[in-house]
Amino acid sequence: MNLIELDNVSRTFTVRTRVGRLRRERREVRAVQGLSFTVAPGECVGYIGPNGAGKSTTIKMLTGILVPSGGRLRVAGVDPARERARLARRIGVVFGQRTTLWWDLPLRDSFELVRRLYRVPPPRYRANLARCVELLRLGDLLDTPVRQLSLGQRMRGDLAAALLHDPQVLYLDEPTIGLDVLSKARVREFLREVNEAGTTVLLTTHDLTDIEQLCRRVMVIDHGRVVYDGDLPGLHAQGESERTLVVDLVREGAPIDLPGVRVVKVEGNRQWLAFPAARSAAPIVAAVADRYPLLDLSVREPVIEDVIARMYAGATIG
Amino acid sequence: MAESSLIASPPAERLSVEPLPAESPVARLRWAVVSWRLAAAMWMRAAMSYRANFLLTSVGSLLATFLDFLVLVLMLRHTGRLGGWTLPEIGLLYGTSSFALGVADVLVGSVEGLGQRIASGTLDVLLIRPAPALSMVCAERFTLRRLGRPLQGLLVLGWSMGALPIAWTWPKLLLLAALLVSGTVIFGAIFVAGATVQFWWGESREFQNAFTYGGATLLSHPPGIYGKQLLAGVTFGVPLAFVNWLPLLYLLGRPDPLGLPPAFELASPLVAALSVLGAALAWRAGLRAYRGTGS
Repeated sequence: MNLIELDNVSRTFTVRTRVGRLRRERREVRAVQGLSFTVAPGECVGYIGPNGAGKSTTIKMLTGILVPSGGRLRVAGVDPARERARLARRIGVVFGQRTTLWWDLPLRDSFELVRRLYRVPPPRYRANLARCVELLRLGDLLDTPVRQLSLGQRMRGDLAAALLHDPQVLYLDEPTIGLDVLSKARVREFLREVNEAGTTVLLTTHDLTDIEQLCRRVMVIDHGRVVYDGDLPGLHAQGESERTLVVDLVREGAPIDLPGVRVVKVEGNRQWLAFPAARSAAPIVAAVADRYPLLDLSVREPVIEDVIARMYAGATIG
Repeated sequence: MAESSLIASPPAERLSVEPLPAESPVARLRWAVVSWRLAAAMWMRAAMSYRANFLLTSVGSLLATFLDFLVLVLMLRHTGRLGGWTLPEIGLLYGTSSFALGVADVLVGSVEGLGQRIASGTLDVLLIRPAPALSMVCAERFTLRRLGRPLQGLLVLGWSMGALPIAWTWPKLLLLAALLVSGTVIFGAIFVAGATVQFWWGESREFQNAFTYGGATLLSHPPGIYGKQLLAGVTFGVPLAFVNWLPLLYLLGRPDPLGLPPAFELASPLVAALSVLGAALAWRAGLRAYRGTGS
């Protein structure tokens, strides 16, 4: 049985815009339309798309905050909009841009409130807290007021708070937004462990690296519709996306010439080389290093917006 | 430890999709109160983390409410009577309305912050919790310093009871107790119903304050000094007259300026129950509208 089921779900908003001095015009905006997909227990799904594509709207409908305008939606067998408060015991939610922690109180107090609100049995709470503290390195932060935490520390606290009651599903809306590289890595590592332990994870993100390191399945949503549902290599293949190798040579020279690699830009001794995202960077790096004296090099991942843009371009041409 | 922890626990439990257990209405009501208490305790501790601020505002709010009454006393010193009512009788009005509003304010007054939560989008954070959103909103910024007003109301009430030439028999005391409870409930319902309009209008707490804080001031003065239209409005519209005016008319044996049947003077508990029902329906409609429109 599926844990999450959406069948032709749509959601419209009424937007009032001012026309002239007093008149206001009502306009229907479709945030999500004809959305159908299922998520099996234990899956980790990356839900991506440009700003305003309908990602947050979907998450809000899945948590029961928003009522769908049409279609059928089930989470753990119930209608989230009707059973919001009861379903809440089975789901964990993390909003990247909004904390659920208590600003003026130590982190520990927020966790304690979760224990009471979700009625977590004390032995299980202690075990879960110990595990979260260990994996998220929260030990030194437990007695610090939340207002004194850095963004990365607070996000780790929010993650723990969303998991102390052993939810079946964890929704994350941009969990790595604004975090530094190290914090991102920690969050991803933690989420991977959570998912491997059997928790179903659905996350929205702008960072393709999140998907690459966590999700076997990725769904692309744009203008309220699912435009891709499959694995990440498939998305890259369909979007013909490219990764970029930035090479700093010892001397200025002619553009690097390698099979399957395209020179995008040359600027002094720095060159940008594009190659298909599905290919491994290792042999290319080796080949470049073998033939050219190098100062430095780095690999840049494709950006979601570009992948999607190219997917459309490909679709119209093909 | 490992066998029950979230990372190492057998996934079977989290993968199963069994139905959620049902809850009785009584259990749900109890849970609403319990979750209010949990959230209120958190806010109280948060307020205590700024001790100096807590002390200053406590003293400030006590002073402000006391000045209200002082003005009334000074005025009466001058004129002796107001609308035919003596000072202890007006003390009874002031004490009861202050107490009812004060307790209602402590319990649910923070619901007026709803508009701000909607505007900033933080209402969503409450809606992911397994507790009624109303409980969470009402408990917001709960602090004990708000107890100043009801305590002061109680003091004035006590003094007035002693100063009045009334023999306080058990039935009369019972009536007074019923008045205080019903009055508190009515004010609480007005707080909630008034805040509910913010689901549609956005930040508009002043609208509700006109009926709550404004209402309490209104009820501290004898009904006879107001126009008949106003009296009818607070009897048949927003049911403020049932908070203390009507029951006190009965207790003091004074005539009703509107000349309503005596049943009205004892109807406060019934009106309180109806107000709660109305406020609950309004809240549900508002929340449904919010979740329907989003924003």
